[in-house]
Amino acid sequence: MAARLVSRCGAVGAAAYSSPLVSCRRWSGASTDTVYDVVVSGGGLVGAAMACALGYDIHFHDKKILLLEAGPKKVLEKLSETYSNRVSSISPGSATLLSSFGAWDHICNMRYRAFRRMQVWDACSEALIMFDKDNLDDMGYIVENDVIMHALTKQLEAVSDRVTVLYRSKAIRYTWPCPFPMADSSPWVHITLGDGSTFQTKLLIGADGHNSGVRQAAGIQNVSWNYDQSAVVATLHLSEATENNVAWQRFLPSGPIALLPLSDTLSSLVWSTSHEHAAQLVSMDEEKFVDAVNSAFWSDADHTDFIDTAGAMLQYAVGLLKPTKVSARQLPPSVARVDAKSRVLFPLGLGHAAEYVRPRVALIGDAAHRVHPLAGQGVNMGFGDISSLAHHLSTAAFNGKDLGSMSHLTGYETERQRHNTALLAATDLLKRLYSTSAAPLVLLRTWGLQATNAVSPLKYLLGF
Amino acid sequence: MWGGGKLGSSGGWFLRVLGPGGRNTKAVRPLISSVYVKNQLSWILQIKPGVFNEYRTMWFKSYRMTFSCLNRIKSFRYRWARLYSTSQTTVDSGEVKTFLALAHKWWDEQGIYAPLHSMNDLRVPFIRDNLLKTIPNHQPGKPLFGMKILDVGCGGGLLTEPLGRLGASVIGIDPVDENIKTAQCHKSFDPVLDKRIEYRVCSLEEIVEETAETFDAVVASEVVEHVIDLETFLQCCCQVLKPSGSLFITTINKTQLSYALGIVFSEQIAAIVPKGTHTWEKFVSPETLESILESNGLLVQTVVGMLYNPFSGYWHWSENTSLNYAAHAVKSGVQEHPMSAEFAFKGEAEELQANACTNPAVHEELKK
Repeated sequence: MAARLVSRCGAVGAAAYSSPLVSCRRWSGASTDTVYDVVVSGGGLVGAAMACALGYDIHFHDKKILLLEAGPKKVLEKLSETYSNRVSSISPGSATLLSSFGAWDHICNMRYRAFRRMQVWDACSEALIMFDKDNLDDMGYIVENDVIMHALTKQLEAVSDRVTVLYRSKAIRYTWPCPFPMADSSPWVHITLGDGSTFQTKLLIGADGHNSGVRQAAGIQNVSWNYDQSAVVATLHLSEATENNVAWQRFLPSGPIALLPLSDTLSSLVWSTSHEHAAQLVSMDEEKFVDAVNSAFWSDADHTDFIDTAGAMLQYAVGLLKPTKVSARQLPPSVARVDAKSRVLFPLGLGHAAEYVRPRVALIGDAAHRVHPLAGQGVNMGFGDISSLAHHLSTAAFNGKDLGSMSHLTGYETERQRHNTALLAATDLLKRLYSTSAAPLVLLRTWGLQATNAVSPLKYLLGF
Repeated sequence: MWGGGKLGSSGGWFLRVLGPGGRNTKAVRPLISSVYVKNQLSWILQIKPGVFNEYRTMWFKSYRMTFSCLNRIKSFRYRWARLYSTSQTTVDSGEVKTFLALAHKWWDEQGIYAPLHSMNDLRVPFIRDNLLKTIPNHQPGKPLFGMKILDVGCGGGLLTEPLGRLGASVIGIDPVDENIKTAQCHKSFDPVLDKRIEYRVCSLEEIVEETAETFDAVVASEVVEHVIDLETFLQCCCQVLKPSGSLFITTINKTQLSYALGIVFSEQIAAIVPKGTHTWEKFVSPETLESILESNGLLVQTVVGMLYNPFSGYWHWSENTSLNYAAHAVKSGVQEHPMSAEFAFKGEAEELQANACTNPAVHEELKK
């Protein structure tokens, strides 16, 4: 907003953003390249969902959309017996978005798991927080990433007259239009693919992950740092079949460990821990791994008397004031074995782009923000970006506006930056707060957690 | 004749001398300069003769100006306000000069035409929604498909292009050929718009004969305050409209407030609008507009005010029409000759009979 005011006060348009990579190509007359209305670069969960959302939008029936995906097309003839180890926690809001273009129905026909409760507790104390909805409605859904991708691919095929998908296509060069409207130069973004083909587009949406090529080519600053943690994922078999509709997360000093339900007998593990420990976990033999997981959830080795006493005091006080709000700590189901070859690790970091939009460019998903998985919000923030951007673009299309115009793109940016910055900051704070076993901080977070658990409105503020 | 050195009264303020208001295209520009100093105010005016392609420059040094002197100025200006025009054209060649100088700046969204770009957020939905009432089933993605629209005084095509994107076939006309060149060039990059929009350098009167009763809608946005002969202009608008066709006008009201904010503040102090763009005498009040429209057989459906917030850069609808306003009028549906095939939308024979205006939307909104 401030930047807009500055440029309105007579500052030349170029002063608003200057990128070392801006190059102006002069085209005399119209080129023979196809001009697309929107090009989405990156065909992952968020990119494909964006293309779907626009393809099914009623005001985009006349528009041409292109989705560029560097990888091959993944065809899923039959759902495999074994569950994939990459899963996502889909919030109800994201589920609404997916059902708006019919992908949720496909997911329901394949497989997903709804969870109704979430218990989050500390390794250093008895403090815990329990989230659930009134009437025990679904709080969220655990869905494998492959299942979501397959549903999106199916829906994209159904609107192939409006949305063109190019697989194995990686853009190698982006050429931006001149900041000033010049008489004989093309006002569109030019994209060159690896095989030499070129396209022009009125709006380029970057959905190409945390190492976004679009963001780098546009010269947008990215605030990022790596956490000294890696996440280990695996598919676990439980010792006995249970109702399994609870998500469990325990904060260990080395990092949070989470168990997400997949079926009555299967759960997915996400364990964020130091790089060395993660490497050990992935390479150790299966029995040792299972023991490590069970003791991580069950062991009280990190408890100290001081904290236990302090926690018990507050718990007693809460019990006097609000007897119904005292939750007893439950133990997660024990793990019997782990699926072979399902243990994988990947590094974690935080990232946030300083700007989400430039003229004719918008960033969504991990290209704009990268978050720690402890809150399960990564892909949900991306889906939130899609909802917002699709809404703004739909209104702009119905008003006959130029889709790459900054006036509605800044609306999207303001809306999402506010939301995402808060969530990113909170997640980072939680990660740092729970990474220590120093007594004062443990006390602070113990009491804080107990108090938050007792005060219902605060829990709902957190989005549950 | 031009009121060079006229003073109101001994204590009065002398405002200015306007350059020639384009009474005829071959006028010789007199060199007029007038300096009048009174108390703290000094007005220096100079009009360079013979520089037709240059921006007409008037320098005002007005630091302290009170509203009392505004009133005196207004009453003085009122006397010689009416421009004498004996020509057939409604185009004001002085206005042509003003816009010629800025012809390349149309498409800079943060430039001097930024308020017009941002006005699209109001005027496009206004036109679109009122036209959609007349279309029984519109195509998603191309809601105005099948409509023929004339954009009079289209400038660089700021309003023409959104209407084209909504599916309409639009003809944009403007007397300034540089404007049409800019508009033509801008739309040439978009293959879809290239087919839907056609631009011509001409005035409205020149095409009345060949395009009589062919347009579903005529849009004259920010134009009527720049024409010489408003009655002829509106008459021509009516002639090119089909029966039950819509006329959309956005313009500025002629009030004290519009002088203070629209001319003094916008042009001279805040430079929101380039100096010399507007002439207060040519502003049209809604009442005048309505009476002329009605005398030409156009029924006014809606008049609604628009307000510009210079700090945010956005326009808002308003109850108050004393600054900017938008009007929608519909030509009465009595037809003299049989209908042509163009009128049938998507096979629905919504026959416009000679005896009644059958458009239900018009019936709903008939003014009392």
